Amino acid sequence: MPLNKITSIHGKAVPVPGADMDTDRIIPARFLKCVTFDELAGTMFYDERFNADGSSKGHPIDAPQHAGASIILGGENFGCGSSREHAPQAIKRSGINAIVAESFAEIFFGNSTGIGLPCVCATHAALQTAKNITADAPDTQWHLDLESMTLSCPMVTLPVSMPAEPREALMQGRWDAVVELLNAPEQVEALAAKLPCPSTK
Amino acid sequence: MGKTLYKKVWDAHTVGTLPDGRTQLFIATHFVHEVTSPQAFAMLRDLNLPVLHPERTFATVDHIIPTDNQAEPLADPRAQTMLNALRENTAANGIRMFDLPSGYQGIVHSIGPELGITQPGMTIVCGDSHTATHGAMGSIAMGIGTTQVRDVLATQTLAMLPLKVRNVRVEGTLRPGVTAKDVALYIIGKLGADGGLGYAYEFGGSAIDNMDMDGRLTLCNLAIEGAARCGYVNPDETTFDYLRNRPYAPKGAAWDEAVARWKSFASDADAEYDDVVTFSAEDIEPTVTWGISPDMSIGINGCIPHPEDATDNETRKARITALEYMKLRPGQPLKGLPVNVVFIGSCTNGRISDFRAVAPLLRGHKVAAGVKALAVPGSQETARQCEEEGIADVFRQAGFEWRLPGCSMCLAMNPDKLQGDQICASTSNRNFKGRQGSPTGRTLLMSPLMAAAAAVTGTVADPREVFEIR
Repeated sequence: MPLNKITSIHGKAVPVPGADMDTDRIIPARFLKCVTFDELAGTMFYDERFNADGSSKGHPIDAPQHAGASIILGGENFGCGSSREHAPQAIKRSGINAIVAESFAEIFFGNSTGIGLPCVCATHAALQTAKNITADAPDTQWHLDLESMTLSCPMVTLPVSMPAEPREALMQGRWDAVVELLNAPEQVEALAAKLPCPSTK
Repeated sequence: MGKTLYKKVWDAHTVGTLPDGRTQLFIATHFVHEVTSPQAFAMLRDLNLPVLHPERTFATVDHIIPTDNQAEPLADPRAQTMLNALRENTAANGIRMFDLPSGYQGIVHSIGPELGITQPGMTIVCGDSHTATHGAMGSIAMGIGTTQVRDVLATQTLAMLPLKVRNVRVEGTLRPGVTAKDVALYIIGKLGADGGLGYAYEFGGSAIDNMDMDGRLTLCNLAIEGAARCGYVNPDETTFDYLRNRPYAPKGAAWDEAVARWKSFASDADAEYDDVVTFSAEDIEPTVTWGISPDMSIGINGCIPHPEDATDNETRKARITALEYMKLRPGQPLKGLPVNVVFIGSCTNGRISDFRAVAPLLRGHKVAAGVKALAVPGSQETARQCEEEGIADVFRQAGFEWRLPGCSMCLAMNPDKLQGDQICASTSNRNFKGRQGSPTGRTLLMSPLMAAAAAVTGTVADPREVFEIR
């Protein structure tokens, strides 16, 4: 199963305001009533963006100047709450290719990198710089480089961070772990034989 | 230096190191439910891979199942489709499903411990963040995504990085009317909703040692609300007493061997931790949330904090956002605030101990006029016990709607939902915007005792005063 090597992301950015952006806000539970991920495009942050009558709340995602953005600029503890992979799936299927935030909830981070959606951390100050630049000049083209671990645009280069292992996995095209996990069947069976399995017997 | 339970269980389940540096971790027990598994089974089919160890995966239906009428076809065709998909996927792969007619259906985090499937020293995962619950039995238990569900089905392993371990100690004796739920909300309030990022929480100290198993399950259930992907309690006699004679617990000579093995996983007395925090049990009040994150909480006699008193700008902004959404004012007490709905249930507080604690308090009381009160047992087994012990009738006579098992009003995937900006006194785990099904609904998280007090007074109330708990 050859996977693409993800080394950099280019494009416009869009701010998603708020700390502790939970996955219920990223995708409300009513959108989880599905047996595929195919219908999730366009549902990201739905109740943050739309009122009950379908009118816009004026969220940056729907602002014309941010149309076509491929990088989200978030806050602290992004993706906390429910483990629903529907959240990064909805984000990815809505055209976002990377998320930069102050910190990420563990499960969301793993779910995202596991589907080839890089999540990198930046300091509050660096994110504020990026948000300010994007507010002043929404068409600014950003370049997220996993090699140099920087987020840059013609005006500025900002440092970002990510644990070494998922970064390697993305850059080597190994982000879907199942390929490697299938490589050690004897060792897995040795543990399966040794470790108790719950049973009514 | 000794080792923590986390390290011992991790080492015992390590298959090897992957090329990217992550650990390939063997998963002893896997739970699946109808919401996060159908895509995983579809991915398996696409890859033409079988389920490697179907005997280590257990399924049930909980999120989408109605709690009033479970006759099929379900009123919501999408819910029926999800239920059917789970049945087909488990049957096709030889996976045990605790379906509606089994007598053991329930919330996945209720039935695992209740059936004795959850055991000490195991790695346990499920496509559900509240899998942290199972750590109460002395296991490493964590929520995973759907792609990882596929990985476990296909390989019985996951690619993981180890967490750091924070020893969260609660020393002393909890005061009357203070429950495991209050302890959890208090800890999250102190350490923050993001305080546990990168950590597993090992809960210890005399207050935890003296806590019953259902309380420990509540505590570990909420570890994830403090951003700790897993929480656990070292296995002890309380754990073994709970497990003895459960359907999936080891039997006969195997029991004694298992207990000896389980004991060996407990953290060593000289174990090294990445961090230690200690709280005093006596400082913990019945606790209630006022905002849209589980760390926004106050003691029942406290007042909502002022945004201007926040120590940093982000907290200040978060408080302003929360107050706007909740339509509450800084400095306002929550005590006396009218509630519209009361919900006792969920994987946090839908266990037999929760209903046993509330039932005697409700005798002689009625649900206040205009309040909709739901009591939803976490499992068919719990429901059966509540009927046998007369608990269900006490709730019914008090004016609660006594429902069938399921996730119910914890999240908005079944017919139990808030309407408009209703305020719900809820024993569930998340007060996020829109969590209970209305995009403007308002959730106040609290213990079952406080929820009962809210039901009979129609307001946020101190259960110690309402029920004369001393």
